[in-house]
Amino acid sequence: MIAHVALLLSLQLVGEVITRALGLPIPGPVLGMALLLALLFARPTLVDKIAPTTTELLKHISLLFVPAGVGIIMHLDRLAESGLGLIAALILSTWAALIVGAWTFIGLAKLSGSKP
Amino acid sequence: MTELPNIWSYLSSEPLAWLTATLIAYLIGDWCAQKTGRGPLANPVLIAVILLGTVLVLTDTPYQPYFEGAQFVHFMLGPVTVALAVPLYQNRTLVRKSLLPMAGALLAGSLTAILSALFVAKAMGVSGAELISLAPKSTTAPVAIGIAENMGGLPTLTAVLVILTGIIGAITVTPLMNAMRITDWRARGFAVGVAAHGIGTARAFHVNQTAGTFAGIGMGLNALLTALITPYILINI
Repeated sequence: MIAHVALLLSLQLVGEVITRALGLPIPGPVLGMALLLALLFARPTLVDKIAPTTTELLKHISLLFVPAGVGIIMHLDRLAESGLGLIAALILSTWAALIVGAWTFIGLAKLSGSKP
Repeated sequence: MTELPNIWSYLSSEPLAWLTATLIAYLIGDWCAQKTGRGPLANPVLIAVILLGTVLVLTDTPYQPYFEGAQFVHFMLGPVTVALAVPLYQNRTLVRKSLLPMAGALLAGSLTAILSALFVAKAMGVSGAELISLAPKSTTAPVAIGIAENMGGLPTLTAVLVILTGIIGAITVTPLMNAMRITDWRARGFAVGVAAHGIGTARAFHVNQTAGTFAGIGMGLNALLTALITPYILINI
């Protein structure tokens, strides 16, 4: 378990160093995710070893949003001002993305003969 | 015996109290969600944020000392983002089987989510840091927060917008898809994973196993894509 967390942290560290050194706009952990994906393709036996740890971590992923979410108390006046625009944007864009995404999937599935 | 104000000043200056409070608030939120059958409105994060926010406002505590304690939880966002590669790898055969529909739906869904949100918000007078904070809202919170931090947005506002997006997607996906007569569970799941990340994915698993699996893949792929394209979109608006 400690070894697995150390592996995740190491990949994040490598991701942070590379994105900072090259001035890439993507977050370091996302590059770390891509690196882990590449590592798993290179060493398929690794996945069964780390899966128990990562599954346990991912199960509690929503807890990790709480500290940042509480930061809303700093933006209450901001929300009173532009909250309506933000909420309208959230609702309309989520609906648009759902419909466009599902339709594109169905259209391309028909085109490529991919069945459920 | 120590005077009460001394105890309070100890508690409010040490990370222990707010770290404990964060975990307890989340457990209460999770308990409420369980009691109400995990409906999309009873979101444990939303409940925890409301509880902690109320406590901070009532005790006149600024966000900074709170975060001193809660940062230990916040820190785990990094390694957990890296861990998202594991379910993506485990589903690689499913991805290969419907590669074209997934790639197309990912690109179309992700671009629609970002561009339409920016368009609507701009039209309603939202600008500056708030607009930047809004752009990555359809992707999973650790990635969205990272993007907001990198691009000059407000990470705390992004966190809340991400959670709200997930809740909106989770509540509306079933009636919306039924109204549109979309019956392919793969398409329904994948679309909600791309548009409404983990909260949408949890909802998809609740409705149908296939939809849930495809939602998880959509969420993971969109974490990568949103991180890649959002900076370029924000530079060009």
